[in-house]
Amino acid sequence: MAGQGTTTDVAPAGTGRREYSKSEGAGRRRIGPGLRTFLIFVALVALGALIFPSSYFYRVGTLVWINTLAVTGIVVLLGYVGLVSLGHAGFFAIGAYVTAIGPNYGIPSPLAMAGGVALAGLLALIVGRPILKLSGYYLAIATLGLGMLIWMVLSKEAWLTGGPDGMVVSGMNARNLFKMVGLSLKSAEAWYWVAGLVAAIGAAIAVNLAGSPSGRALRAIHDSDVAARSLGVDVAKAKSRAFVISAIYAAVAGALLALANGYITPDTGGFMHSVEMVTMAVLGGAASVYGALVGALILTALPQVLTVFADYEHMVLGGIMVLTMILMRRGLVPFIADLWNRRKS
Amino acid sequence: MTRQAVAAGVSALALLAGAPAIAEIKIGATLAVTGPAAFLGDPEAKTLEMLVEELNANGGIDGEEVELVLYDDGGDPNKARTFATRLIEEDEVVAVIGGSTTGATMAMAPLFADYEIPFISLAGAVVIIDPVQEYVFKTPHTDRMACEKIFADITARGLTKVGMISGTGGFGASMREQCLDVAGAAGVEIVADETYGPNDSDMTPQLTNIAGTDGVEAVVNPGFGQGPAVVTRNYAQLGLEMPFYQSHGVASDEFIKLAGDAAEGVRLPATPLLIPDQLAEDDVQRQPVQDYIAAYEAAYGEKPSTFGGYAYDAFHLLTHAIREAGAEDPAAIRDAIEAIEGHAGVTGVYSFTPEDHMGLDLSAFRILEIKDGGWTPVEQ
Repeated sequence: MAGQGTTTDVAPAGTGRREYSKSEGAGRRRIGPGLRTFLIFVALVALGALIFPSSYFYRVGTLVWINTLAVTGIVVLLGYVGLVSLGHAGFFAIGAYVTAIGPNYGIPSPLAMAGGVALAGLLALIVGRPILKLSGYYLAIATLGLGMLIWMVLSKEAWLTGGPDGMVVSGMNARNLFKMVGLSLKSAEAWYWVAGLVAAIGAAIAVNLAGSPSGRALRAIHDSDVAARSLGVDVAKAKSRAFVISAIYAAVAGALLALANGYITPDTGGFMHSVEMVTMAVLGGAASVYGALVGALILTALPQVLTVFADYEHMVLGGIMVLTMILMRRGLVPFIADLWNRRKS
Repeated sequence: MTRQAVAAGVSALALLAGAPAIAEIKIGATLAVTGPAAFLGDPEAKTLEMLVEELNANGGIDGEEVELVLYDDGGDPNKARTFATRLIEEDEVVAVIGGSTTGATMAMAPLFADYEIPFISLAGAVVIIDPVQEYVFKTPHTDRMACEKIFADITARGLTKVGMISGTGGFGASMREQCLDVAGAAGVEIVADETYGPNDSDMTPQLTNIAGTDGVEAVVNPGFGQGPAVVTRNYAQLGLEMPFYQSHGVASDEFIKLAGDAAEGVRLPATPLLIPDQLAEDDVQRQPVQDYIAAYEAAYGEKPSTFGGYAYDAFHLLTHAIREAGAEDPAAIRDAIEAIEGHAGVTGVYSFTPEDHMGLDLSAFRILEIKDGGWTPVEQ
């Protein structure tokens, strides 16, 4: 990923900028990259809602958006800064569990959700500083350890978390949110819209971050720690900030999943889930939010398509992964974007 | 034109095969066929597939063929919920069997109330049926019952002071808690409470602690997998003579193989599946147990497990209910399941009521003792 980073990682934003100047020339109003991403995501959410025939499709769609949101956090960390975390399921689970536990102690769901997100961010802030001094494999192992610790607490503290069997998430149904504005939706549809809109907001923020001074600092660190420091970037602070941001993404996604499912188990914080998130980012292309969406879409929806030949499911998924890694090393989205640009010129 | 030709060909084939493919009754299942809980889901899936084939070969339910739509959720509650939605919405099944794990079951459970589809879970925990959910049933007995059964046997021997050594895996942790909870009511006192990790290879320190506790009279080991075999070996190595109890989690021939001679004299609660030939002639469970073992061995060339037995019972309860209520109205099937009384399965004899969606009592468990490398029922 890091190899030809300098030119490639900037590519999505760069192409975007060229397009605005064109549209300005055509006399249209200028739309910022964040807003543009938001609108594209909302259009995709709406497109899904238009073509989905049943609650089952909404259910899969909801999972795609929740995963997209979590993977967007990985994009910030891995794609922007080049840091690998194998413990993000831990933050995901903190968001989920605090949302679940809150109502048991009389804290309303929205407040518990905010608390879970804040707790994940705080934990990332506290452990981020020492952990982020490491790099490469060492960082991966340290984050893996962090994820394991969180998972162990969730499976052992049965009085609080229900232990390995998991716990019921009481609380709100997204349907009621839409009822307040006079819309009557099935709960599967309501969760789809909520997850889609939150993912769209998350993507817009991530895109805006990439173009901001602190985002440019992050990308400078991606290319070289030393060079970034010599340009006056506070590397430790910037890394820590990215770590906290990505933890918050994971926690929000976790909270949404807990509420949408109504039941959670420690698996949400397990090692395999961390790996799954990183895999989605790498498969789609870790450098852009569209990569997050494509990776989440493929790895969430494909197993549903492949149930027809369930015996070969793992083989097909594995094959796709191997081919992507060999032929499209930066992931699907950057590869296709490159092809597209090359054809244009 | 071509589609008609294909359809004609397919129905001709169906006629050739002799299947009365008039209409189909669709039954759904989502199980942990792969993944960490595959030891549960694999025999369950094999059992269901075998039973559907057998049923259709015998003319299905009232001449209607039964189709099983089976998904592998890998034990992941998230996937299980997605598959349950799919079974209900896309496959339009009349009932669902499954949820190999408690997590998967609980993640799915709310859907069945929303869509009014009956659901029979194959997972153990008490939370599935307590509080009772209108559309949710389950066939396995609970950990709590295993504890009660073990404690009943201990008190029957005139003992009261029990030492516990539990695995910290999901099974052991859950059962430990249930045992601690029911101990008082069962008339025993837990005087020692030790634990070990799932991958520990030596439990002599914990056992020494228990042996050194004042007045301890019997030892109980809730756990699953290799741990209990290690504990059993250590128990023999230390030369402890107190009565030693294992849980239903290790009720398989595999355990005797792993623990070797050390297993002699160990007692545990289990389903009659382990003692098909030692069941009394007039035992209502004798017939289903022997049928299931014979069919499973013929189909797969291996002995069925306790977990496959849960699926066997779930399938028979469900098909019984469909025979009673017809396949049109899932709510009527639910009512028919709830009305089942005295259905002898391989796990136990089921009698459901609106307050009891598991339908088993303590008689579902038999206390077995390991003698000469085999299982012997303990007279009660």
